[in-house]
Amino acid sequence: MIDDLFHERLRSSLDHCVKCTICETACPVANVTPLFPGPKYAGPQAERFRAHGQPADESSVDYCSGCGLCTMSCPQGVKIAELNAHARYAVKQRKGVPLRDRLIARPTVLGRLGTPVAPIANAMLKARPARVLAERVLGIHRDAPVPRFAGRRFRTWARRRQAPGVGTKIVYFHGCGTEYYEPDVGEKVVAVLEHNGYSVEIPEQDCCGLPLQSNGLFEDARKYVQRLARALAPHARDGTLIVGNATSCTLMLKREAREILGLEDDPDLALVSRQTYDICELLLELHDRGQLRTDFEPVEEVVAYHAPCQQQGHWIGKPALELLALVPGLDVRELDARCCGIAGTYGFKREKYQIAMDAGAELFNQVEASGARVVACDSETCRWQIEHGTRRPSVHPIELLHQAYRL
Amino acid sequence: MEKLSADVLVIGGGATGAGVAWDAALRGLDVVLVERGDLATGTSGRFHGLLHSGGRYAVKDPSAAHECARENGVVRHVAADCVEDTGGLFVATPFDDPAYADRFAEGCRKTGVPCEEIEPARALREEPRLNPGISRAFRVPDGSIEVWKLVWALARGAQDRGARVLPYHEVVAVHRGGDQVHGARVRNTRTGQELDVEAAVTVSASGAWAGQIAAMAGIEGVHVKPGRGIMIAMSHRLVNTVINRCQLPTDGDIIVPIETVCVIGTTDVGTDDPDDHTIIQAEVDAMLEDGERLVPGFKQARALRVWTGVRPLFEDRKENGATDTRDVTRAHALLDHRERDGVTGFFTITGGKLTTYRLMAEETVDAVCLQLGDARPCTTSAEPLAGSENGEYHRVGDRLGRREQRLLDDQLICECELIPRKRIEETIRWRGTTDLDDLRRLLRLGMGPCQGGFCIYRVAGILHGLDGIDTPDANAGLIDYVRERWKGVWPVLYGDQLRQARLDEWIYQGVLDVEHLQ
Repeated sequence: MIDDLFHERLRSSLDHCVKCTICETACPVANVTPLFPGPKYAGPQAERFRAHGQPADESSVDYCSGCGLCTMSCPQGVKIAELNAHARYAVKQRKGVPLRDRLIARPTVLGRLGTPVAPIANAMLKARPARVLAERVLGIHRDAPVPRFAGRRFRTWARRRQAPGVGTKIVYFHGCGTEYYEPDVGEKVVAVLEHNGYSVEIPEQDCCGLPLQSNGLFEDARKYVQRLARALAPHARDGTLIVGNATSCTLMLKREAREILGLEDDPDLALVSRQTYDICELLLELHDRGQLRTDFEPVEEVVAYHAPCQQQGHWIGKPALELLALVPGLDVRELDARCCGIAGTYGFKREKYQIAMDAGAELFNQVEASGARVVACDSETCRWQIEHGTRRPSVHPIELLHQAYRL
Repeated sequence: MEKLSADVLVIGGGATGAGVAWDAALRGLDVVLVERGDLATGTSGRFHGLLHSGGRYAVKDPSAAHECARENGVVRHVAADCVEDTGGLFVATPFDDPAYADRFAEGCRKTGVPCEEIEPARALREEPRLNPGISRAFRVPDGSIEVWKLVWALARGAQDRGARVLPYHEVVAVHRGGDQVHGARVRNTRTGQELDVEAAVTVSASGAWAGQIAAMAGIEGVHVKPGRGIMIAMSHRLVNTVINRCQLPTDGDIIVPIETVCVIGTTDVGTDDPDDHTIIQAEVDAMLEDGERLVPGFKQARALRVWTGVRPLFEDRKENGATDTRDVTRAHALLDHRERDGVTGFFTITGGKLTTYRLMAEETVDAVCLQLGDARPCTTSAEPLAGSENGEYHRVGDRLGRREQRLLDDQLICECELIPRKRIEETIRWRGTTDLDDLRRLLRLGMGPCQGGFCIYRVAGILHGLDGIDTPDANAGLIDYVRERWKGVWPVLYGDQLRQARLDEWIYQGVLDVEHLQ
């Protein structure tokens, strides 16, 4: 269900469309495949033909990857990506959600299943026959850059760590990528925060629901994000900030859950939304106040930086670039390609894998041309796609800062 | 001079005239229809698109209500493909007399208008943008009807049965010999060529222009008082049900969802000239305020354009007529000029509503047959029009669904209304026209939010590439269309539409310099 009045408000933004086509030029998907007719078509144009209670016979909108660049590029303020998300939801309501989408939209379930048997699971994920089978049976592309289980959970480390207990309190929202696949990134985030005088709390938490939302499972997505908001809100109530390193997941808390799922009236979410920061956004604010420690040792490295679509959706510029510029020796090359193509789970899907790779080609070529050995990028699925597309390691900017702090 | 002869000459190519032509052709009569402009460009082409349930007249004009109620069902059956089954609501807003609602329900009961009272909360669930302050809500079978589709289906049906349909032919003289009318001289307004149409019976279905045609036949006192009303189309459907205020009919009290837009109407100002298309800014502003009462936020929504239409409100000057146009009956008038004026072979059919076009045609052709001494039964209530045979209503999403099937193989020309290139080329060839307004009515070309800003130069390009079309004609098609659209846009130049108009201006004046096209 989508609240009708909420949808009408979103729909009313189509009035602002002057057909300028800027969104179409920004769309990473429409630029590489005719299967998606483009954000202007699927959004403000097609929306005029959609009527309450009359499902339109359309499925091309399901090729929208949900990256959100259309809304960001629209000079008139049309909520294009949000309209498309609603239309995708309607298509899935009508046609049903495949088992695959239900599965890959639940990183918590996958993580809990895979972690204890990580060596076997990872071997399976590497084994060609298993992947071919998974493609045939589930529709997960055999070459898709699915992540490897870390075999341990971030929370296990978090519970055992000795917190210093002094400093400004801050809540760390680590997300599922850190929990099951990249616990070391979480450890570095905590170390950098503590180095800067924070006392880091890591409350019990679960998935933010973003993958569910982008797969059209709005009801489940709402449950997850509201549960997360309830877990984080008590900490935020006294003014404590919440910080996360997964830019897609923090965007979900900041904006998307309210603007796509229509949870504008949830007081816990509203509070969490206001208090949530991206890690680089937070550190740059510290620096602006003269409070960031700049005891960086030199890091002799050429690094390319790609700002993921959903990082750009935070409307905070590219704080990572400014932070990395503080590190002596670091030669950072800013890339301006639109998108890596992966868009969360989009590029995992059999029918969308090639589209995602084609969408990312511009970025991969830029990385190649930059001469960088390492690619910095804020979102985990984007990093996996970049590693897959460029054969170079991709790291979170915080990892480079951690390295420079010599922590 | 070229001569045509026929059993029946129909003057006027609106819904009534086309209905008469279809009815007469179905009865085996040989028909010629002439229309001074394109089909459905008078009153029929300038209304809001409402297929009346009759609810609107349930209290004030019971006979009109009764007729509408009956014909609503018939039109839904024979012209299903032109009708969208939106349903209608009559809602009592805080601005309406609360006592009217019971009178309304009683009126519906007496006049046979199907009406069910529902909880206001339910109405609000169905129409979330509706004023949450409504206190009563009644459901009626209002619908919306795509008039150009209807009139062309009638005309083409008649043509298939031998009728000759001549748009862009205006009457220059009605032939009268003694007490007999036997046809008319018409002039092709595009070529200037004249031709005589000899007919046993001439039917003036010229609506608001009926007085002018009657005068040409030397008949006095046929007075059709044109009631001018404005309508405003909004860029998307704010409601998907026809919304009426539950009160005596007044200005700006109805919103009709039709195709991709919704239309608010209307005013009613008496005028002397049926071609009076004056748009008064104060009326536009007042109408937007009225919209706000039904749908909060209406004034912030994007208005696309404004237009006026004239109702043909007949008063027979041989009797005493009412003077306020709102008080003149919406029922139609069929004048047999043999009975009324002693002139045989001439009938006038005027007044009425689009909803009752078929009934008007039936009564007219019955009278024609009677005068011809050859009573043939009417079959229009049983014979579906082409495209409506399966009885499926039109749906707003149909075009999107069709487009979805052909995304990859047919270029999209009009993006707002989803019109592909092949449809445009076919239609240009079929109509043999470079007048893009003719295409607009058939295809909805350029009727969306950008008002032709992006599609019309593309269509001009298509015209230039088609065989047999001269460069000046193709350019004229472009210029005329852009000028014509502008007329309806300027009264609502604010907010989003102003931004659009600026962009369109840059395209047409800045980039293409259309004013200096030859």
